[in-house]
Amino acid sequence: MTENRMGARQVELEVLRYNPETDQEPRYQRYSVPCKNEWCVLDALNYLKDNIDPTLAYRWSCHMQVCGSCGMMLNGEPKLACKAFVRDYPGVIRIEPLTHFPIERDLVTVADDFMAKLKRVKPYLIPAEKRSIEEGEYRQTPAQLTRYRKYAMCINCMLCYAACPEYGLTKSKFIGPAAITLAHRYNQDSRDGGRDERQEEIATNEGVWECSFVGACSDVCPKHVDPASALQQVKIASTVDWYLEHFMSWVKK
Amino acid sequence: MGEKMSRRPYAQECPRATWYFKRPRYMRYMAREVTCIFIGAYTLMLLVGLLRLSQGQAQYEDFLMALRQPASVAFHIVALAFSLYHTFTWFNVAPKALPIQVGEEIWPDSVVASAHYVVWAVLSLVILFWAGVI
Repeated sequence: MTENRMGARQVELEVLRYNPETDQEPRYQRYSVPCKNEWCVLDALNYLKDNIDPTLAYRWSCHMQVCGSCGMMLNGEPKLACKAFVRDYPGVIRIEPLTHFPIERDLVTVADDFMAKLKRVKPYLIPAEKRSIEEGEYRQTPAQLTRYRKYAMCINCMLCYAACPEYGLTKSKFIGPAAITLAHRYNQDSRDGGRDERQEEIATNEGVWECSFVGACSDVCPKHVDPASALQQVKIASTVDWYLEHFMSWVKK
Repeated sequence: MGEKMSRRPYAQECPRATWYFKRPRYMRYMAREVTCIFIGAYTLMLLVGLLRLSQGQAQYEDFLMALRQPASVAFHIVALAFSLYHTFTWFNVAPKALPIQVGEEIWPDSVVASAHYVVWAVLSLVILFWAGVI
């Protein structure tokens, strides 16, 4: 940790490498990278790739916490590499791909499972009443927007899946925090009428009932979406559905 | 292009027996879950008490005597401590399950959590009053 006149210091990065063509299993590789004080971990990785080891594979795009591509484990915590500053890590920074997902190569994981789950929960507006373009837009009050606004901030970075032990322990059977939260986001939307279709997917054993409320998803979410809150609300609403259906079938939902 | 891509993704396993040692948050979760065993055990003990009561005065007196044994007192202290931990941890996460929105405002978590503590205190006082303790 020597600091020179340019305000740069040598930072030790311990990066998990995996080359599917030559490696039987992943291994760690140490790099010493001259980092400036204002750099985030993604800057350090970009420097490393440009100047030290061009073979390192990782995903990134926006560098501003919007695209959700650069999720990785930093000292065992799921983080966006663009949101984690090197200065906040005094010692060696251990960088690994997001846990629970298969490793494609180095820090790149296979996201196919999450993408399939996202599709299953229909995370788009299914209008309650069809309107023609001439009839104008679907209007909404600020209070109606508040009901789902927080859950609409998800950037699909998958940090919550890396934090969720249920997702890992069920070997990816669990639909998981982000997908169920997005289903809840549309269910809460005053313009939407697709809740019954989504309940088919999320009010199930692979859906919300796999969640045991560990709460780690909300801890790690870089956009403060609070998936744990959304999932508990889905549980309560699904339980009410069940009681209405079995004991009070004369009450209209 | 042209060359066939070779994919061989490496599966990352979640260790079934030791996963909760990985993070303090997981340990706190396990503590919250495990403490419910003591609530269950205490409930069983109350049911045994009811059974003894139904069997007659002598059996119930025996049951009350058994409660005064040091092992029973120790169990009560441990069960009380763990029940309190379980209760506090659940009350503190209750706002996540029951957010209250009034107009455009979502009430702060502290309001929902506090309401749980107030209801708990009031119910406890009612029961103590009913039982003739206060």
